[in-house]
Formats: sequence, structure tokens, C-alpha cells
Amino acid sequence: MTCREFIDFLSAYLDEELGTSRRRVFEDHMGECPECADYLDNYRQTIAMGKLICDPEGELPIDVPEPLIRAILAARSEVG
Amino acid sequence: MDRPLPTANELDETDLIARLRAGEEQAYETLVRAHSPRMLAVARRFLGDGDDAHDAVQEAFISAFRAMERFEGSARLSTWLHRIVVNAALMKLRSRRRKPEQSIDELLPTFLSDGHQAEPAVPWKPIDALVRREARDLVRHSIDQLPESYRTVILMRDIEELDTAETAEELGVSPGVVKTRLHRARQALRKLLDPQLRGDPE
Repeated sequence: MTCREFIDFLSAYLDEELGTSRRRVFEDHMGECPECADYLDNYRQTIAMGKLICDPEGELPIDVPEPLIRAILAARSEVG
Repeated sequence: MDRPLPTANELDETDLIARLRAGEEQAYETLVRAHSPRMLAVARRFLGDGDDAHDAVQEAFISAFRAMERFEGSARLSTWLHRIVVNAALMKLRSRRRKPEQSIDELLPTFLSDGHQAEPAVPWKPIDALVRREARDLVRHSIDQLPESYRTVILMRDIEELDTAETAEELGVSPGVVKTRLHRARQALRKLLDPQLRGDPE
């Protein structure tokens, strides 16, 4: 397996969609190639970091402007 | 305001839903005040901080009001409203004037002719090494740089946590397309984050 193939299969590997033999080849490559092992770690960390932006600690409290709340409630009266 | 309003979690949803269906105005105000902050946060992730995010939240609530009768008590209100605001944000994105999308290719990994990584990955600093706020700003800024069709998929899958089938349905594409775009979007985001997170001094 080349590094290019390793990176192509990475997402399927994490989703546990690789068959047994392909999975073994993938893991063998990871054992032999520190750069690809690092790439996989980076990739996992990228996913984890994405979650940071909806960390409740970070996003709340959001002040919803009062005019927006009023407009929503006014629209509600029209919907009936 | 005299007393703090209950949070979404504290509300007795069954009771609230019954009052909403009975058309009680106060119940609608409770719903809007409890759920709009999180919904606005979602809309801003897709649309930025401007008026479009406000419009999406308003449109989401109007859809929710219209569909209230069809709301099935088996889902949580927050989950239901989350899906509705994601949908409203996507509609808004579609209605924006389309600019030709930049290619994602330059953000994908490159390889030597023997298949090795042309710019070998190195270990990253642990996330904890960054101040959380700093990390959040870095991720937000980097996601904003992704081409829109990739940004949308990574937001829906990794951040809003819709599954592949839900994302495919919302976007009107196949599950395979969602998977391919998500993988490319993560690779691109990795490349954008890399200069800030490399563990070794350059």
C-alpha cells in the first residue's frame, strides 16, 4: 500500500468499512510508515477540533437580539 | 425580566407541546426564548454573523410553527428544531448569489511519483496546548476558507452531527458523495490547520 492509497482509505478505515484483509494491509502500512501514522493522528485531531466550535461553553450565552425575537413572535401571530 | 426563563432542558416538553398546540401565546414565547440562542449559533456557523443568520432562524421558527401539529412527541423539540434550522440555513445558502466555487485541489495532500506524501505529516501539538478560545477561532476561520460544498458537508457531519443519510437527504446527493466530500473537506481542513499545529519548530 502506498501513502496515497493509505490516505484514500483513511475515512473508510475510521468508519470501520474496510474488509478484514484490506484493514490488515492498512494497519501494516501504518506500522511501517510514521508519516502516515502522523497523518492519521492529524486527521483524528482535525475531527475533534471541529467539535470545538459547537462547544456549549464557547457558544453560549448567545444574546439573541430582542427585535429578532419580537419579529419571530409577530410572524407566529400571522401563521395563526 | 423579573425571573430567569427556564432552559430548554428544564422545560417540561410534553406540557409545552400541549400548550403550543393549544395556541397559547406565552408557550410560543417560551419556546422562542429557550431555543433561539442555540439555533442562532447553528445558523451563524453556516451563514456568518450577518442578517442571513437572523433570517434563517426566523424562517426556521415559521416552518416549525406551521409544522407543530405534525411534530411527533418521540423526538426532542431541540433535535427537531436543530434539523429545521439546518434546513433553513441550507436554503439560505442556496438562495445566495452563486459565485463559482474555488477548487479544493490545492488543499488536498500531494504525493511523489512513488506514492509517498510530498509534504510528510508531522505530529501536532495536543489541542490542550492552545487556549480553547484561540483553538476555536482558528478552526472557525479555517472552516470558513473551505469551498462551500465541502464546508457545508463538514459542518453538517462533524459539527452539527447529522448522519450520512440525513446529510445526503438534505443536500439531495447520494451518501457516497457525502462521504467523498467529507473526506476531502477533512483533508483540506487538516492542511489549513497544519501550519498552526505542527509540533516541531520550523
